[in-house]
Amino acid sequence: MYSEKVMDHFQNPRNVGEIEEASGVGTVGNAKCGDIMRIFLDIDGEGIIRDVKFKTFGCGAAVATSSMATELVKGKTVREAMQVTNKAVMEALDGLPPVKVHCSLLAEEAIHAALWDYAEKNGITIEGLERPRSDIGEQEEEPEY
Amino acid sequence: MIYLDNAATTRTAPEVVEAMLPFFSENYGNASSIYTLGSVSKKALNQARRTLADYLGARQEEIYFTAGGSEADNWALKAAAEAYGEKGKHIVTTRIEHHAVLHTCEYLEKHGFEVTCVGVDGEGIVNLGELEAAIRPDTILISVMFANNEVGTLQPVKEIGKIAHDRGILFHTDAVQAFGHLPIRVDELHIDMLSASAHKVNGPKGVGCLYIRSGLKLRGFIHGGAQERSRRAGTENIPGIVGFGKAIERAVRIMPEKTQRETELRDYLIDRIEREIPYCRLNGDRSRRLPGNVNFSFQFIEGESLLIMLDMKGICGSSGSACTSGALDPSHVLLAMGLSHEMAHGSLRLTLSEENTREEMDIVVEAIREIVGKLRAMSPLYEDYLKSRTAGS
Repeated sequence: MYSEKVMDHFQNPRNVGEIEEASGVGTVGNAKCGDIMRIFLDIDGEGIIRDVKFKTFGCGAAVATSSMATELVKGKTVREAMQVTNKAVMEALDGLPPVKVHCSLLAEEAIHAALWDYAEKNGITIEGLERPRSDIGEQEEEPEY
Repeated sequence: MIYLDNAATTRTAPEVVEAMLPFFSENYGNASSIYTLGSVSKKALNQARRTLADYLGARQEEIYFTAGGSEADNWALKAAAEAYGEKGKHIVTTRIEHHAVLHTCEYLEKHGFEVTCVGVDGEGIVNLGELEAAIRPDTILISVMFANNEVGTLQPVKEIGKIAHDRGILFHTDAVQAFGHLPIRVDELHIDMLSASAHKVNGPKGVGCLYIRSGLKLRGFIHGGAQERSRRAGTENIPGIVGFGKAIERAVRIMPEKTQRETELRDYLIDRIEREIPYCRLNGDRSRRLPGNVNFSFQFIEGESLLIMLDMKGICGSSGSACTSGALDPSHVLLAMGLSHEMAHGSLRLTLSEENTREEMDIVVEAIREIVGKLRAMSPLYEDYLKSRTAGS
């Protein structure tokens, strides 16, 4: 069901971990849907992403898209990182099954959430960046019957 | 490969395959034909019917072969609703039924019936008080599964059957997971209709049966020829039915030994996982469960990831995670039992057969320990948990 690239990034995820005192941290998704992604960015004074790490709770596609998204933004400028869309993540992974497309959207959102955090901390505005929609702060609702 | 998904399907037993083979290329006659070749098929058909009827303590003419468990569930519910709809329009079932029952109930709701889905306790056992309270003067049918497919919990079928019969209500049980695995006597258990499937008990796929108690005025579900006493038209799947019969003959023969072996392995696996892997929860009742069912939730991780990593190690299991079903919500069974979404997403079902060994269980425990550790190391939920623990101390 998954491409070889997805399986590779799932089995050997790149950039797993945390960054102490990161320039920006973003967490998106919620346990109800079964996907939570957290991205840590280390951005230098030139606005270049020197390091990036992630932690993800989710399915194979969620892990693989997080891993690929971190690879795509590493070493890039903030402006370039803004160009990393869910489509770019999917293409880099040789595609995703239709039911897993939302994972790539979540990965894009996680990058944006981390950038938003960075922008807020530094009192700057990043062109085209909007406040992240979902975050872990949304508490799980009681199951409906 | 270590196959631990016997609740999904089982290996067709070699003796079952052997019994089926002649009915493809040698004895391929139509059971309705008058000549000798046809009568060979007819005889085999009746023999299989007798085997199933004997196992249930039923009469031969009460067994109707179908194309599987889902067809049997559809038939039982829709035909009962049609036949007794003038008496009442209310059906009682549970929140933990298979979708073959739940989606059929939803269909009936669109056609003027009302359905009450009774809840279960934390172990997945139907709440009898709630079930009794759900019964109304216009209740015509109670449908409760014999054993749950996900958590293996055995339901109080006899008590439910008694409740139904004391009130003149029909009782149907989806026994797909229990058929051939546990002794079932329809009279003692007050069962009016029972659905079963061959491939869950080392028989072939694509064949099942519905037991219908004599005297029930259920109409046929498939219209056409006069097969199955005109209630289920279509040329009989003779090889499949022969295989089903053989599978039940075998299942009855090996049942005590198989049950003992699976129960020992099950309890060994449960014990090791509970002792060796932190932050896990056994789902389902500890003793009132199918001999081969093990179901755990591992906190902070997601089931599909766990399944793929187990597959890499040649271990086949299943999960109630949403990702494994293509649905947005995780297992309705685990949610009905009160599990949080997170815990339901992190569930792993391992279902054993008599072919599994203790050595395999050891390999599986090691694999789960390693994989759960790896997934937790990359889980933001685990990170948060560890931080909250440090902050609290």
